[in-house]
Amino acid sequence: MIALIVRRLIQAIPVLFIVVTLTFMLVRSAPGSPFASEKKIPKEIMDQLEQEYDLKGPLWHQYAQYMWKVAHGDLSISTQYRNRSVNEIIAQTLPVSMTLGALAYCMALGAGITLGALAAVRHGQWGDRTLMLLALLGISIPSFVLAPMLILFLAIDLGILPVAGWGSADQIILPALCLSIPFAAIIARLTRGSLLEVLKLDFVRTARAKGLPEFAVLFRHALKVAILPVIGYSGPAAAGILTGSIVIETLFGIPGIGPFFVLSAENFDPFVTSGIVLVFSSFLIVFNLVADILYFVVDRRVRLE
Amino acid sequence: MPPTTGPFPISRPWKRWAVAAGLVAGFLAFFWLFGGWSLAPQVDLTLSNGDEPQTLDPAMATAQLDGRIILALFEGLTTRAADGSIVGGMAESWEMSPDGLTYTFHLRPGIKWSNGDPVTAQDFVDSWERTLNPATASEYSYQLYYLRNGEAYGTGKITDFSQVGVKAPDAQTLVCTLAHPTAFFLELTSFQTLCPVHMPTIKKYGRDWTKPGHMVSNGPYVLKDWRFRNYILVEANPYYWKPVPVHRMKVLPTSNANTTFNLFYSHKTDLILDTRSIPATLVADIKDKPYFHANPFGATTFLRFNVKRKPFDDVRVRTALALALDKHDIVTKITRAGEPIADTFAPPGYKGYTPPQGLGYHPDEARRLLAEAGYPGGKGFPDVNLLYAIRGSGPQQIATEMQALWQRELGITSIHLRGQEFNVYLNTQQLIDYDLSLSAWIGDYNDPQTFLDMFVTDGGNNETGWSDPQYDQLLATSENTVDPAARMKILSDMEKILCVDQVPIVPIYFWVGMALYEPGKIGGFEPNFVDDHRWGNFYIPEKKP
Amino acid sequence: MKPFADFYTIIRRDRFLMACALFVTAISLLAAADFIVPFFHDAQGRSYQLTGYAYDAISDASLLKPSWAHWFGTDVNGHDLLSRTLFGAQISLFVAATGTLVSLLVGVTYGMISGYAGGRIDNLMMRVVEIIYSLPTLVLVIILITTLDAPMAHFLKDAGITSVSPRLVLIVLFLGLTEWLVMARIVRGQVLVLKEQAFVQAAHALGQSHFRILWSHLLPNLSGLIVVYLTLTVPAIMLDESFMSFLGVGLQSPLASWGTLVSDAAGLINPVHSYWWLLFFPGTCMTLTLLALNFLGDGLRDALDPRVKK
Repeated sequence: MIALIVRRLIQAIPVLFIVVTLTFMLVRSAPGSPFASEKKIPKEIMDQLEQEYDLKGPLWHQYAQYMWKVAHGDLSISTQYRNRSVNEIIAQTLPVSMTLGALAYCMALGAGITLGALAAVRHGQWGDRTLMLLALLGISIPSFVLAPMLILFLAIDLGILPVAGWGSADQIILPALCLSIPFAAIIARLTRGSLLEVLKLDFVRTARAKGLPEFAVLFRHALKVAILPVIGYSGPAAAGILTGSIVIETLFGIPGIGPFFVLSAENFDPFVTSGIVLVFSSFLIVFNLVADILYFVVDRRVRLE
Repeated sequence: MPPTTGPFPISRPWKRWAVAAGLVAGFLAFFWLFGGWSLAPQVDLTLSNGDEPQTLDPAMATAQLDGRIILALFEGLTTRAADGSIVGGMAESWEMSPDGLTYTFHLRPGIKWSNGDPVTAQDFVDSWERTLNPATASEYSYQLYYLRNGEAYGTGKITDFSQVGVKAPDAQTLVCTLAHPTAFFLELTSFQTLCPVHMPTIKKYGRDWTKPGHMVSNGPYVLKDWRFRNYILVEANPYYWKPVPVHRMKVLPTSNANTTFNLFYSHKTDLILDTRSIPATLVADIKDKPYFHANPFGATTFLRFNVKRKPFDDVRVRTALALALDKHDIVTKITRAGEPIADTFAPPGYKGYTPPQGLGYHPDEARRLLAEAGYPGGKGFPDVNLLYAIRGSGPQQIATEMQALWQRELGITSIHLRGQEFNVYLNTQQLIDYDLSLSAWIGDYNDPQTFLDMFVTDGGNNETGWSDPQYDQLLATSENTVDPAARMKILSDMEKILCVDQVPIVPIYFWVGMALYEPGKIGGFEPNFVDDHRWGNFYIPEKKP
Repeated sequence: MKPFADFYTIIRRDRFLMACALFVTAISLLAAADFIVPFFHDAQGRSYQLTGYAYDAISDASLLKPSWAHWFGTDVNGHDLLSRTLFGAQISLFVAATGTLVSLLVGVTYGMISGYAGGRIDNLMMRVVEIIYSLPTLVLVIILITTLDAPMAHFLKDAGITSVSPRLVLIVLFLGLTEWLVMARIVRGQVLVLKEQAFVQAAHALGQSHFRILWSHLLPNLSGLIVVYLTLTVPAIMLDESFMSFLGVGLQSPLASWGTLVSDAAGLINPVHSYWWLLFFPGTCMTLTLLALNFLGDGLRDALDPRVKK
């Protein structure tokens, strides 16, 4: 187990290195300057700007300068937002996205497991079919379609939730909901499938024979085992929530890292783009590691029973 | 015996609840501390200004939306009244010499920075030096090239700033000497690039001087808080030379036009200032609503030809495409805000300016010209690309329409659309690596020259490869003409060469500046041609004594 | 081939799956028809259109509700929405199919080699998969598409291919390259099991080359599994493409895919006046197709899985 952790952390370093290099090189090789503006900039000024940002000279030189800074924890300065360092930007926007993502994930887990268990219990009946249809619907409708419709319905017509923005507790509910739906759907499917199999196993029959109430059988024993695939799914789920949050944050005007990433890619801001890719990848690697450890732990305990 | 096995090593139920409660509390704490949760500050007015500003440094700003905030925090020698006219700002009076080359400004007595320091003429000299200095890398420094030796200093040819035409003989007087008569100089002095900055603050904080708490400014407002992509809070400056009616304002950035409108519709924002933040397809539906306000705006959307590439090196082909473009179709179907069609480049509305008659819409004549050029019925027309920037859905819709219109009128089927990310598009255009390009230009100041001086030979913003010595000569003559009427006539002649004779560009429509606000909720906001509404002029009607 | 016969029986038995399969076939045929019909010209040299309108023909009938003239209504430029939806079907299905093909080629090859080689090579290859799995791939795709757009345009221009949009090539390529991981894992797992089987051992003994074994013996036995995961990859790519379109990194006008139609329409939803038909028709088509494909894939997977008993 320790070996797993160590191995993963060690192999993370070259991976992050490659990813950041790839991003930086791509963005710098693209035809378009990060300093482009509608009014033509005099050459002297352009030179000065490039000098200031260490974006002058051969590509290898720029890259080396950047990596040197990164190695010292300095992600350089944004070429779009001229007085902000990338560290500062990420420090302000990442917690916002993490809050949103964490809430969305919890919602997805809660709703997904509950609905999946419900469907498994009503297996073969209409309830099962309806819930699974709803789940598939949740996966088949893109979030940028669902979100405006929900905003229109819940926020504008009914007026029970705010339309957009960030800062008060009620402003987090609708975006987290929209973000969580496809993942709730997938978790529901996984839970249902897994639970169906588990419910056939011997130890469940034993628990029933012992006279335990159905509720206890389900939640005390069966679910603990059935949850394994859901834990296994948390890695890809985190990646999905990360990408999904880009759309949601744009639609709800949330000051997170997502829309900012697309903007910086479009504006060929090499530092912000590389910085965000670094952060995203590190986060996912760590999250995947935690998920794998959890899976390992749960799996072992399940086997022991 | 309570179960001790299971994946969750917590055996007693109450412990589980405790853990759960702990997690929730931790979550809330995280949200509070880092997630940007705030008890909403009480404000008098909430504005939507468009996207997050790139910078609040007057010397560095290039975007109109940055400029709006900066002009609330800083003030130059002159400023604008609500109707757009130039009035005194830091300067209360001024004189211009008869040859138009020297301006003497008399600063208002008692003007101060927001930390109590007095604003002096030397502040202007130092600030302008900073802006012109190549080391500052100010993209708009060319606005100071109108000063004598301004360009030489700005390009590094001379390094002694005392040779540049701005002097402060005493603390209350500023004397500007220009390179040649500049009719719109007073407009420039109201622009953000020529605003003074507080040099001691910059020396102390360097790049961080624009952060709230560090910034010292001289305008109607001071920067109270700046949460990245969340909101900006400004408060009335107690040291400003006249009372500021609206005490506290919040500025919300949004990148999505629909979200901005939703905020307005649900009364979360009081004023949408940025024309681009109003979704185009919505405009037709809200045009008659009381909260919709539109005014003519000095900006033009136009088409550029690459005159160095076939077939656009032939003036007949260019003229044919110009004559066959049904601009009426574009403004009624696509842009829908009642934009006026443009047959000339500089928007009408500049005082004393009469544009010449443009080409107009004559499809028969167009077809004739195209046949004469060797492409009857559009046959044999080479493959060309119509370049546009991906910026919202507007340019794409317009380009799609133009392509289809030319196909319908001239029978040309070989025009392909080429959309590029804004930065890539700018680069492609600057390299003149296109065939046709859908472009736009917003005037910097209230004079047609801001449009017409683009197309001189090798002009930095020309980007068509077009060159006409007569055009260049006319511009030089106009710059040395002091009589306003004569000068306007020369500019009109230039337009004739540009839009009728040579046609390196085809103007399409003039913009309409739009704003959304409930009438009676905000005062001091009037339609003006430069779409420049200074926040210091705002007041809330029911609160006005 | 044996697995396909199995599939046919499975589908025939379940009425719901049958409906899904028919639906997907119907849409594909419609899209194909819409593609083929314009190749025929009438007496005046104008090409025929399935709906009577070309997908890129503008008109003054801007933003009209559905009517007899325009069954699905029109959009801002006066395009007939039904024509655009059918054209969008062509593009969406094409993108999804070719993207899936790319992911199929890469995934199956990778998985087969990894499983067959076993040992250290397998270990290494699976670790690479593990790593890529933990990367924000769609995020990287955004960067790739934004930065490679202009170079690809030049490349196509030099190669003389003017009718294909560079974006189309990039999207197909990169989306395919993001979705091959699951396929690789599944295929590898199955190969690990299969290669212990008697017939494979026999083939070894007979001296057949590795390639021959892979191609003639293992691949046919994988085909069922591959078909199942193909059916599940297609909707994933379709959804990814619509996501890209929303972010502005997708296909350009006047090309249309369901993704661009839906994201453009979603951008028009506002409280004052909803142009609901712009979202409803392409959105429903896309959702139904995704649903049908997902159902089909699910049903086939359940049928193949020996553990799940009905």
